[in-house]
Amino acid sequence: MGQMGRMGPMGLMYKYIWLVPLLPLAGAAINGILGRRFRFSEQLIGGIAVGTVALSFIISLTAVVSYGFGSGEAQWPKPYVTTQAAFNWIPAGAVEQTLGQAEASPTIPGANQPAPVLKGKASLLNIQWSYQLDPLSCIFMLVVTGVGLCIFVFATGYMHGETGFYRFFAYMGLFMFSMLVLVMGSNFVMMFVGWEGVGLCSYLLIGYYFNKQEAANASRKAFITNRVGDFGFMLAIFGVIATFGTSQYADVVAKAAGYPVEPLGHWGLMSWIALGLMIGACGKSAQFPLHVWLPDAMAGPTPVSALIHAATMVTAGLYMLTRTNVIFQHSQTMMLVVALVGAFTAIFAATIGITQNDIKKVLAYSTVSQLGFMFLACGVGAFVIGIFHVMTHAFFKALMFLGSGSVIHGMHHEQDMRKMGGLKKYMPITYLTFCAGWLAICGIIPFSGFWSKDEILWNAASTTIIPLGWLVWLVGSIAAMCTAFYMTRLMAMTFWGEERFREHAHSMEHEGHAQKKEHATPHHDAHVPHESPRSMWVPLVVLAVLATIGGFVGISTAFTGGTHVGGRMNIVNWLDPVIWNAETKSFGHPEEGKTERPAEYPPLSALGKGESESSHAGFNLAHTIESAVHSETLTEWVFIIISLVVAGAGIGLGFLFYVKSPGLADVWAARLAPLYKASYNKYWIDEFYGLAITRRTMDLARGVFEFDSQIVDGGVNGTAWLTRLTSKVTGLTDKYFVDGLVNTIANFVVSLMSPIVRAAQTGLTQNYALVMVIGLLIAVALYFIKSS
Amino acid sequence: MIHLTPSLALIFQEASRAATALESIKHPDLSKFLVIAAILFIIGVAGVLTRRNLLVIFMSIELILNAANLNFIAFSRYLQDTGRGDPLAGQIFTIFVIVVAAAEAAIGLGIVIALYRNRETIWVDEIDLMKW
Repeated sequence: MGQMGRMGPMGLMYKYIWLVPLLPLAGAAINGILGRRFRFSEQLIGGIAVGTVALSFIISLTAVVSYGFGSGEAQWPKPYVTTQAAFNWIPAGAVEQTLGQAEASPTIPGANQPAPVLKGKASLLNIQWSYQLDPLSCIFMLVVTGVGLCIFVFATGYMHGETGFYRFFAYMGLFMFSMLVLVMGSNFVMMFVGWEGVGLCSYLLIGYYFNKQEAANASRKAFITNRVGDFGFMLAIFGVIATFGTSQYADVVAKAAGYPVEPLGHWGLMSWIALGLMIGACGKSAQFPLHVWLPDAMAGPTPVSALIHAATMVTAGLYMLTRTNVIFQHSQTMMLVVALVGAFTAIFAATIGITQNDIKKVLAYSTVSQLGFMFLACGVGAFVIGIFHVMTHAFFKALMFLGSGSVIHGMHHEQDMRKMGGLKKYMPITYLTFCAGWLAICGIIPFSGFWSKDEILWNAASTTIIPLGWLVWLVGSIAAMCTAFYMTRLMAMTFWGEERFREHAHSMEHEGHAQKKEHATPHHDAHVPHESPRSMWVPLVVLAVLATIGGFVGISTAFTGGTHVGGRMNIVNWLDPVIWNAETKSFGHPEEGKTERPAEYPPLSALGKGESESSHAGFNLAHTIESAVHSETLTEWVFIIISLVVAGAGIGLGFLFYVKSPGLADVWAARLAPLYKASYNKYWIDEFYGLAITRRTMDLARGVFEFDSQIVDGGVNGTAWLTRLTSKVTGLTDKYFVDGLVNTIANFVVSLMSPIVRAAQTGLTQNYALVMVIGLLIAVALYFIKSS
Repeated sequence: MIHLTPSLALIFQEASRAATALESIKHPDLSKFLVIAAILFIIGVAGVLTRRNLLVIFMSIELILNAANLNFIAFSRYLQDTGRGDPLAGQIFTIFVIVVAAAEAAIGLGIVIALYRNRETIWVDEIDLMKW
């Protein structure tokens, strides 16, 4: 696979990407193994952790620059696979492509090309440990190491004084390693290794305060829920290997592109593989049926929530979806499923977020909701925009989580927003940076969230890849309004309004951070919030800048005259080669960056010829409007304005309820009591799972235990009893019958023979010698007789 | 001269006899030694089988061994005369047998003494511990 034929001298820059995952692992190993024994100081542990991640970030940055813009450009957009540090990891030998063979037989209705026939083909499966640099992994590398670096720096301040300081950074380093293996691996099996690795680190870090029952339960819940998803993912990997005979992305993607597209309702090979992948993505990215673990995961330390449960790990599902977009695009059914799951999760989580009082819970449901948006984007075929939202979301959600961490730190480990209020006076930097995140997530121009969310909604409205685009758009817009509303509520309850923290006596044991004794130092009043140290607000500022301007890499075409400006700096142009185009049945778009039509909107480019073609998709909102105004750009502007109005309405409602007339919220909560209760109790999903799955599983376990202890053990014990009984009978038979017979016969023979034989044994040596001599004489005599 | 003839004949006769004797000394007759050895061996075996005193049995065993030794020496010389084989092998073997016999005698006498102390007898017909 080593495609390193044409490598200039600058190729050296990205020759060392194998160091990127390795460095955090080395840091984690040093901290984890030596940190406790040699009682490393916090400066040393933090230095090692931050240093290795910073180095990783620098290597990633130089590699990406060299790959996309430097002299490594010659390679672009062909994925660069490093094999220098790689080894043949699993030389599995011949694999028969059983599934691919079976696929050859049926003729799929609507398929315009025959499936490639792989008659009994067996291929050599050799899974390599190698890293891949391509447009997609570039973005994730930079996000993971860059945002990770900010969070590591923040964590050195936030975790100050914890007893398990070294443990925390060892886990975090291990997480960085796993996440980088996940996004940089060149095959599905490596992705799975990273996938499981991040799951493990998530488990370890959620359960960081393992002496808290709540955290221990949450970590188990996260792990078990993820296992459900991993099961689907594993099946999908098996399916991929059985179908394509390889797990290397480059080969899989190339082969999958040759399969026919499976129309809506047809469950072919691609749909099943995509279903497995989707289940895996749902587990990791907390989509609707498997979302329950993410809010509980907030029991971990806040930097963990920011890094793992907002910025990086939970976006692994999106990475996987985009990585396998060829497979997904070959199954229209699964595209619809992805879009609907995403849309439902978006609104579902957003409505829960409205009523939560724990600041981290609000952000957690917000994360679930935003991940729903990303799935929605992938489902409507805008994989690029999904990844764009991953990126902007990483910026602003990491920013807000760190901001909430700063608030929690400043409030002496108080997370209940009802006990906050008016904090902007005490924590100005946190407040200002949080504002950037707030405006970004609400989708206010020109903050980063606006660009990605607007693109998602626009793509949902204008898609022809799936039907029901208008429904997805509608749901997404309502979810966006809810988002704006609950984020404004969060701002109002935390930073604005009256200061409520004095009313509530602070209790140290409330958060289980009782080991943090330094907060009781006399230099400040324990009840008045304070601004966080520099190691905490510097990352906030960096992330705030990114959250503000980060969206410009995906600036909407409506602003730039219908073209994607900026060359490869534009995320659409950058990611295009990775995305399979269902229209042209090839990767990327032919007239990249020059086309009049925005390249990422295949629906519209198909519009002229395709009224009848897209008729199967039913009502299409964007097309209806476009046919009314006769301008694509104008249509886009309509949607931009709609999304801005929606965001403004959400913010306005938030202001009205929580700033202008704070009593209003309670009035409406009482008025909509059933809805409020449902939302406050998270639609009783946890209770439902507890009743329908956990309890049933326990019942099953008890039943199996009963079966085991009664029937199986009874059987075993019964067999033992039976054996004892038979052995007793046999023993008696042996003792009295067999032995008796033997003894009788022996006695008889002995009494018969012994007088005769006994006479020979005189005991006199001379007798024996005489016998010998006589024998000798006989022998000699015989000899002579014979010879004569 | 004529009266000298019988004496000369006698001298010649005697001389030829001496030469024959010398010859028989130089090249002894093997069979005579073997006969002597066989006699010695039979005396020894008879002693072992018939005597009741353990010490006498011991001496008889020595006779058997010496019969064997005599055979060794005789064959050694015989082989030397006829120029076949290694002339020294038999003699060295004899030395070995003597040494082993000495050692055996030491152990055997030790056993006899131990036996006497335990059972107050060295008469073999009274020592029948191996009887059934």
